[in-house]
Amino acid sequence: MDLILDLQHVVKNYDKKIAVNDVSFGVPRGSIFGLLGPNGAGKTSLIRIITTITRADGGKVFLDGQPLNSKHPEQIGYMPEERGLYKKMKVGDHLTYLGRLKGLSAKDTKIALEYWMEKFEVTSWWNKKIEELSKGMQQKIQFIATVLHNPKLIILDEPFTGLDPINTNLLKDEIAELSAKGVSIIFSTHRMEQVEEICNNIVLIDQGENILNGPVKDIRNRFKLNRFQVDFASEWAGTMPSEFEVIAQNPDSLVVGLGKSGNSTALLQYLLGQGVQISAFNEIMPSLNEIFIQAVEKNHTIVQA
Amino acid sequence: MDKLLLIIKREYLTRVTRPSFIIATLITPLVFVLFFVVVGFIFSYESDDTKKIAVVDESSILKGALKDEKGIFFKFENQSIESLRRNFKSSGYDAILVLPPIGDLFSKDYIVYYYSNGQPTLDVEVHVKDRVSDALRDHKIDQLHLDRKQLEALNTSVDVEPEPIEKGGRDATSLTSAIGAGIGFIMGFFMYMAVFIYGTMVMRSVMEEKTNRIVEVMVSSVKPFQMMMGKIIGVGAVGLTQVLIWAIMIPVLMTIAQVAMGFDAEQQMKMSQGTSNLNPEDTQAMIIAAMAEIGNVNWWLILPLFVIYFLGGYFLYSSMFAAVGSAVGDDMGEAQTLTIPIVIPVVLAIYIMIKAVETPTSSLSVFASIFPLFSPIVMPAILASKPPAWQIITSVLVLIGTSIFFVWLSGRIYRVGILLYGKKGTFKEFAKWIFYKE
Repeated sequence: MDLILDLQHVVKNYDKKIAVNDVSFGVPRGSIFGLLGPNGAGKTSLIRIITTITRADGGKVFLDGQPLNSKHPEQIGYMPEERGLYKKMKVGDHLTYLGRLKGLSAKDTKIALEYWMEKFEVTSWWNKKIEELSKGMQQKIQFIATVLHNPKLIILDEPFTGLDPINTNLLKDEIAELSAKGVSIIFSTHRMEQVEEICNNIVLIDQGENILNGPVKDIRNRFKLNRFQVDFASEWAGTMPSEFEVIAQNPDSLVVGLGKSGNSTALLQYLLGQGVQISAFNEIMPSLNEIFIQAVEKNHTIVQA
Repeated sequence: MDKLLLIIKREYLTRVTRPSFIIATLITPLVFVLFFVVVGFIFSYESDDTKKIAVVDESSILKGALKDEKGIFFKFENQSIESLRRNFKSSGYDAILVLPPIGDLFSKDYIVYYYSNGQPTLDVEVHVKDRVSDALRDHKIDQLHLDRKQLEALNTSVDVEPEPIEKGGRDATSLTSAIGAGIGFIMGFFMYMAVFIYGTMVMRSVMEEKTNRIVEVMVSSVKPFQMMMGKIIGVGAVGLTQVLIWAIMIPVLMTIAQVAMGFDAEQQMKMSQGTSNLNPEDTQAMIIAAMAEIGNVNWWLILPLFVIYFLGGYFLYSSMFAAVGSAVGDDMGEAQTLTIPIVIPVVLAIYIMIKAVETPTSSLSVFASIFPLFSPIVMPAILASKPPAWQIITSVLVLIGTSIFFVWLSGRIYRVGILLYGKKGTFKEFAKWIFYKE
């Protein structure tokens, strides 16, 4: 698999605490990768190692096949959870400064800035001071700073916090567009509904460990309970044979658990045979939220045991 | 390296283009010069307040002594004291001065009486005292048949003139140590201000960056050490700019002020005379000699050393301020507490400097001129007294070494502090951070 980022047995200690405990995972190139986990799990520590802000105490990190080195920050874009910009600087000056610090030449910075500021329709803000902008506007500026230097890998830590629905949508579209262009994106959050919408791969970190990892589809399949929801076009109140575990039954819908050996076709055939008017027949896939909770609780009981 | 330059450039430009900087830089010399102009006015102020004083001279020898001067008008009256007092209100006089008969020629006291509805003002009092005592002196000389010439020979002014031991060695005058002290004081206070003003500027900037969280974005592009150095150097450059502007503006403005106000050297000397007892010729001679001495000072040695001490001291102290700033975030109170240990050596150094200038070769002075926390302030002050080469060399080497060490140490604290939130910045914490691996 072509990995843009490869973490192998990474360890990080602070004082007496182990923040990252032998974590390994890979981020496929061009994917939108969710870095998930409860608060304090070690996500920030991992991000800081990936962005070369701190160095791992053990293990290896490879960016695009190369061991992580001090030249790599120029290929990485990082938007931290705590947004921060120099309040008194003007937008144009500030973005130019950040672009140059990422290794762009003065000329390239100018060209990139023109492109991005036009795209986000913020060209008129060039001479405004950061403190004059609203929070949402500042976040747009911060985002531009993150992508300005055309990085291969972008890391967004809780990027949607504080954004209104319109700007949230804008950002989602932008992420999708970047991904389509081949940019790899790591998206760190504990808002599972956002992850569902955009990520295709995830890793779940809890208490410094990798407890779940892989493509979203596979993980859902792993956790699915083989349940099906049937919606009725007209009300039906029949009883179900014992081979089908009824989870819930309403006049207009039915939730059935098929167990490990269950056959959805059999269920469908049975219902059709009963003359039920079916409007919808869907497998209930576990939400990432449920998976998250399940996996973390399981991990905590293991630890406690 | 170019990233460091980018940071320095930004730190410098954002500060010098700020309106508050421009205003402060331009206004301070103006205020300074204005102050001098106003003081000048005050000193040369000719009072428009007139006093008319009636004088009853019972001594009969002091008649000519009291002359009208500067708004004080004396009129000798033949009336009796009683009648003057009775008619005082309608007389138009402000006061009645009574000069009693002179008794014993050997008496050391002589009291004159000032009748008025208030106190004699200082100018009247001084004038009367001076003129009367002069006249009395003359009177006594005459009455006792003393020889004026012999009396004048009694006073001799003694001067201590330094001479070198080896023939051809530099011949200094008694002014040298005064000049040296003057230069030293200036340098010492300069260093003091630099540490306070620019050191705290660095600290506040670090705290701000920590508070507004720009730190994480920055550190994902540059190393913390580059951030710290960029800031220290940038702020230092701002300081230098400000000082240079002042060094040019103040003399220029002073000259303009003098020309505009019609001040000339004479008036200036009158000003200083108000506070001293020298006569104009002596003062002028002193000023000329001082200028000559200043020219004689070994500038080729002193200036580079000043620069070295300034830079060494600035880097040493400002890096400590940066370390403190990185540990405290937005708690200004905590910051001020932590800066106390940094500031104490600076204040101590000023006191030591004042003493060292008097006794530049004492062991305290020698020690303080080498000890790196004191030397940036103390050594420049005693340079004019020509300490031995080994002392200067040792001092410079120790200062440079210590500065580098402190910058490195502060860098280690800074790189941990700026990313850590919520931890109290105690000295124990500092010690831990120094040893954190990257």
